Amino acid sequence: MQSETFTHLLLPRPEGLYCPAGDFHIDPVRPVARALITHGHADHARAGHDTVLASRQTLDIMAIRYGPDFARVTQAAEGRMDLGGVEVSFHPAGHVLGSCQVALHQGGVTAVVSGDYSRVANPACAPFEPVPCDLFVTEATFALPVFKHPPPQDEIARLLASVRAFPERAHLVGAYALGKAQRVIMLLREAGYDTPIYIHGALQRLCEYHIEQGVKLGDLRPATMDKAEAKTLREAVVIAPPSAFASPWVQRFTDPVVGFASGWMQIRGRVRQRGVEMPLVISDHVDWPDLTGTLRELNPEEFWITHGRDDALMRWAALEQRRARPLHLVGYEDEAE
Amino acid sequence: MKRFADLLERLAFTPGRNAKLALLERYFRDTPDPDRGYALAALTGGLETGQAKPALLRALVAERVDPELFALSYDYVGDLAETIALIWPERGTPRDVPLSEVVVTLSGAGKTELPALIARWLDQMRPSERFALIKLVTGSLRVGISTRLALTGLARIGTVPLDEIEELWSGFEPPYAPLFAWLDGGPRPEVTAKAPFRPVMLSTPVTEADLPALDPAAYAAEWKWDGIRVQAVSEGGVARLYTRTGEDISGSFPDIVERMHFDGALDGELLIRREGLVAPFSDLQKRLGRKSPGKAIIASHPAALRLYDVMTWDGEDLRALPWTERRARLEAAVAGLDDARFDVSERLPFGDWDALASLRADPPDAVIEGVMLKRLDSPYTAGRPRGPWFKWKRDPMIVDAVILYAQRGHGKRSGFYSDFTFGLWDGDMLVPVGKAYSGFTDEELNRLDRFVRNNTIDRFGPVRSLKARLVVEVAFEGLNRSTRHKSGVAMRFPRISRIRWDKPAEEADRLTALTDILDGMGA
Repeated sequence: MQSETFTHLLLPRPEGLYCPAGDFHIDPVRPVARALITHGHADHARAGHDTVLASRQTLDIMAIRYGPDFARVTQAAEGRMDLGGVEVSFHPAGHVLGSCQVALHQGGVTAVVSGDYSRVANPACAPFEPVPCDLFVTEATFALPVFKHPPPQDEIARLLASVRAFPERAHLVGAYALGKAQRVIMLLREAGYDTPIYIHGALQRLCEYHIEQGVKLGDLRPATMDKAEAKTLREAVVIAPPSAFASPWVQRFTDPVVGFASGWMQIRGRVRQRGVEMPLVISDHVDWPDLTGTLRELNPEEFWITHGRDDALMRWAALEQRRARPLHLVGYEDEAE
Repeated sequence: MKRFADLLERLAFTPGRNAKLALLERYFRDTPDPDRGYALAALTGGLETGQAKPALLRALVAERVDPELFALSYDYVGDLAETIALIWPERGTPRDVPLSEVVVTLSGAGKTELPALIARWLDQMRPSERFALIKLVTGSLRVGISTRLALTGLARIGTVPLDEIEELWSGFEPPYAPLFAWLDGGPRPEVTAKAPFRPVMLSTPVTEADLPALDPAAYAAEWKWDGIRVQAVSEGGVARLYTRTGEDISGSFPDIVERMHFDGALDGELLIRREGLVAPFSDLQKRLGRKSPGKAIIASHPAALRLYDVMTWDGEDLRALPWTERRARLEAAVAGLDDARFDVSERLPFGDWDALASLRADPPDAVIEGVMLKRLDSPYTAGRPRGPWFKWKRDPMIVDAVILYAQRGHGKRSGFYSDFTFGLWDGDMLVPVGKAYSGFTDEELNRLDRFVRNNTIDRFGPVRSLKARLVVEVAFEGLNRSTRHKSGVAMRFPRISRIRWDKPAEEADRLTALTDILDGMGA
């Protein structure tokens, strides 16, 4: 089969991946008539589409972010659906709460658009489901062999060791509001850290939603204390979106340890650039071994690369004699921050 | 190695001095011998590693990773050691390879054994340990902390005062077993090494306002030279040159060391001197950067010692004597050396503080940065006692500059824009000339922070580019020409001395204000 074999099912357009046979887009970056959304991160789930099909949780998350009227019509994905003669089904991607891959079947051909995905266990969402396919569409955020994410438990152990060594210095952890923040909280709880965790206001609503969905986060308190109260904290962990570190909000803490939970923290230059003292390599994307392992496991006829470090992945495909195509889609961030 | 790698990583990312000290203390407290001893040596640049060339490591990784994938990765990461540390394929179960195993094995290893040895260790390590190992074996470990900071952290594990540790530690070889036994509560060890470093006596700053309280007849005055303070020790045929923190810089200054035909320890200023004329500090910097200087630079930048004090002479410890007696001994000693490279710092005659003030206001040489005051009866006391010695620095130079960029600070200034890049007018353009981090009160810091947030034009990561509208008075201690800065000048110790909320940016100084000073210095 050649790339052309798949183009009735899927092709790249400036607004995102498009299915001509079913006349719909997947994770479009501009408003379209019908959008299928893999997960709630802002670069994949945008407001302004007429009709949106996504998992129940992704629809809820979009409503939290954009208001209940973010689309004229919404539909929660369930089982196998028929969209203009294309059979569509959603499958867990293991990335964040509600995240799914989208599988398209027509005329004996299956294409899977994975969105962002991870193969590391995450209690907030169902694990990635390998769906046998002819065409697999993957991201390549961490597609360099230098990216090998350590077990997240080890990273949290380092954080907690520092919290205990410097009890009077509040440990501020930068984490994206959807997924990463809750992940860090869950990992802390799993490691036995059971005192209240302080969260920035921007995380409030999404943490509440996780709790409503049955994800246990323990005792969370708003990080709105004044300077005097902040000084009295001992062994405190505060989670905030990274943008908060540039705002006056952070000035309430005296001599904090600034951390950042991200796959990028594996690169020392990035740590320095951001002025991070406690880098935590915690990612909700596949690293190089998991990405190449997934491609070997699924062994598709062909794979497409939406965005990221596609040159290295193309080289790997050549070495492995696999057929691959870079799409250079624009509008997706490397790893949402 | 795991602990050592963790320490290096945290030190690299920790900006605060106190936090760094806490990390060092914890490391020295929790790590067993002999690893902590080798770590101390590594932190202070005293490890004789560096047997492997980067090419050896490139060859090892080329056997394991596709060259094109490696090239893409290296391009992305930007540091060879870090790329290899991250990309090295994991095999087998990791082992915590002791730092001592690495150091001891390397010192006895032949050239041909190196590749297999290093590869085996890399196989057994995790990425941060691999990074530390590669930096060690290639001799390119740069920790970014001073020897004094490392020793200060070390002193915290026991009750031995820092100056006693400073006096003794360089007399031992890594892993410093007797030193650690002493810190753990054992007996004070005997130093057997030749020509050890002795802790230096430092001065405290004084201003015009403090002087009336002091009796001018009780003090001697000398010029304060802008070189680096050193200690020249020659004992039992061994000659060494140390910085004031005990770093051995003998290798950089063979022209001094080979002329140290005496038995004693002298305290003085290291300068570059051509035909009796002292060269600017930037000339000395060219020599300081070289571990083994070539003939050409030794000839073009000849080093000299201007001596301030004598600590020991012909086996006698003179430190308890009053300054006047030491001074007499020093003059006699240097006269006996009969070498133009060594001379005694001039004693300035003055009757009262006004007389000294006029000397200070018009020094005979541009490389003088003020005057020193030393109590005539002061013994040579390690550390920085307040009272016996004062430095009365020349008034700083001052320019009015415009703030161009701001960066968020660290530690106690987390979240505040506290690091500023400022510029001067060159035509109708503002050219950056320096950076300042200090000189303002907490209240001013708050106001500066608000100014930055309200006047941002653009952001690059943690840096903000600002509207050119705030003028600050910048005080600085000296100027050098610089090829690294776009403006062509580099300031020494710039700080903000006043914030000129009232002054329009157009009235800030021009770049020529600095270049004129340089032209006047003949630099």
